[in-house]
Amino acid sequence: MIPLRLTREVLLAFALLVLLALVATRFPGFVAPSNLAAVFNDTSALIILALGQFIVILTRCIDLSVAANLALTGMVCALLNTVAPDLPIVVTLALALALGATLGAVNGFFVWKLDIPPIVVTLGTMVIFRGIIFLISDGQWVNAHEMSARFTAFPRYEMLGIPMLSWCAVLVIALVYLMVTRTSLGRSFFAVGGNPHAAVYTGIDVGRTQFLAFVISGTLAGLAGYLWVARYAVAYVDIAGGFELDVVAACVIGGAAISGGAGSVVGIVLGALFLGVIKNALPVVDISPFWQLAISGSAIIIAVALNARSGRAKGRIILRKAEHAHEPV
Amino acid sequence: MSLSDTARTQGATPATQRRDPRQIPDRLTTRGQRVLKSWEALLLLVGIAIFVANCFASPYFLSPWSLSDATFNFTEKAMIAFAMALLIISGEIDLSVAAIIALASTAMGAAATAGFGTPVLVGIGLGTGLLCGAFNGVLVTRLGLPSIVVTIGTMSLFRGLSYIVLGDGAYRGYPDGFAFFGQGYVFWVVSFEFVLFAVLAVIFTVLLHKTNFGRAVFSVGNNATAALFSGIRVPRVKMILFLLTGLMSGVAAICLTSRLGSTRPSIGLGMELEVVTMVVLGGVSILGGSGSIPGIVIAAFVLGLLTFGLGLLNVPGIVISIFTGALLIGVIALPRLIAKGRR
Repeated sequence: MIPLRLTREVLLAFALLVLLALVATRFPGFVAPSNLAAVFNDTSALIILALGQFIVILTRCIDLSVAANLALTGMVCALLNTVAPDLPIVVTLALALALGATLGAVNGFFVWKLDIPPIVVTLGTMVIFRGIIFLISDGQWVNAHEMSARFTAFPRYEMLGIPMLSWCAVLVIALVYLMVTRTSLGRSFFAVGGNPHAAVYTGIDVGRTQFLAFVISGTLAGLAGYLWVARYAVAYVDIAGGFELDVVAACVIGGAAISGGAGSVVGIVLGALFLGVIKNALPVVDISPFWQLAISGSAIIIAVALNARSGRAKGRIILRKAEHAHEPV
Repeated sequence: MSLSDTARTQGATPATQRRDPRQIPDRLTTRGQRVLKSWEALLLLVGIAIFVANCFASPYFLSPWSLSDATFNFTEKAMIAFAMALLIISGEIDLSVAAIIALASTAMGAAATAGFGTPVLVGIGLGTGLLCGAFNGVLVTRLGLPSIVVTIGTMSLFRGLSYIVLGDGAYRGYPDGFAFFGQGYVFWVVSFEFVLFAVLAVIFTVLLHKTNFGRAVFSVGNNATAALFSGIRVPRVKMILFLLTGLMSGVAAICLTSRLGSTRPSIGLGMELEVVTMVVLGGVSILGGSGSIPGIVIAAFVLGLLTFGLGLLNVPGIVISIFTGALLIGVIALPRLIAKGRR
């Protein structure tokens, strides 16, 4: 075990506590357990998407289409609900996951089989997905009264006093944590990002691993799509517009290196929560919501500057560059 | 680690071994053959096809004023794309260009409201662009941060500042002379913006393809370490390119603000992605090291004509974006598919 030193996660947790303390001096009610649970609930979608993005970033790729994937899957779920209101939620969820995975696989296919840079592929699919939403919805909104009670109730359904939306986030955190730390696939994500050349020589198919990362990211975006639409009880072309940048921001603040191979699930969750706390705290401390964009922008720049200082050595680099391999670690 | 570094290693993995697109081709072919097989030729063919299709699709397309209107679809984006092309060739990227437009436009709006005249407004627009570019450049070259993350951050920061100043309000009171940049015509149907676009195209072509600086940009993008050892001040080249991109965003901000006649914080939202699309479609490798300005010019026409033609057919903007997205992926995927088929 690592003794408690100033790792990135500890620093970030500390920053989060300082932020909460600052807000509490202006508005003590903010740190009440019930309100913190509400903030977590509000940040759930961001956490789910950020964990998917984290895996993609681990493999030296980037997925700019997550928000568009979310919106498209959400719209399909909403439209399906207007046609078949009595469909069991399990079916809707399965469909959302499958559709999200398919959209992610499209991205992954272009990256794997055609070797097109991920930023180009997902830039293209981002606008294509949004366009498809317009085509299938005819530009119309699906409003709350058109959705069945069962459809919108799921994210709100409380188990042990905590809404299902939060439980979904907790489940995703647990699953991604287990996958990243306890499976060979999880290790191969780090290996591919840490050193693709070395990864090939250890028998890892780099392209296939990146493909799987995109599929996972897409699946999580699909899940978030249904949850988002059901929670806000509205679906239209522009839902979660620009959210992909918040997602990347959460990853960067959480310590994921954009050059791949470094970062931790705990860090990503803290990074997402950091943005979530800022978003929820601004209104209660009487700062205009118009400040939010500039503040999160500054947070990204500060976080990446700090990350660069602490260096990549603290990340989980499994495969070192050949010239460093014989050095004592 | 820069974007180019990460992506290049990935492309060169033995699992996906293929011919490096940047390697100097064997010179057994004649110059004419090379031109015919070039990316620009393929793109020009696509452009001509779109032009012809447009002529058949709408009777309103083939008139001087229609075509003149069509140019406004790409002139502002292309101005930024020229500078962005150089930046991407050098292995960096700037996603904050649209946010720079918002901030520069806000600064000009504030100055116009305070009663300053057109020359001051132009100075403020260009100055804001330069300042923003300098901010990006310092973060990337002095602190050694990855440009894609830095500019995602400054993208929020610059537009965020614009939101702080304007909130849900808008600036409208621009002086009369200011309207010329976006709405004026030099002669007949040739707009000021189009002339500016053409002049900048020539300047950037000469800068990239005929000067030492242009060669330095290519060598930095191909191998920054080798460039450093051959005496090129790599950070300085990158700093200049960030300044140039900021400056061109300032120019685009002047044109766009003048054309719209008003400033809201959401001005030019999402334009950075259209600019990157134009650059990549123009044949610039997103991994850095290769590309040409004539390619960007053709890509600008292709995208502009496509958007305008579909617009004439009453296709909604969001559906047009399906075509641009598919064009982006398709034009890049097609040569690779053909190459795969041959093997």
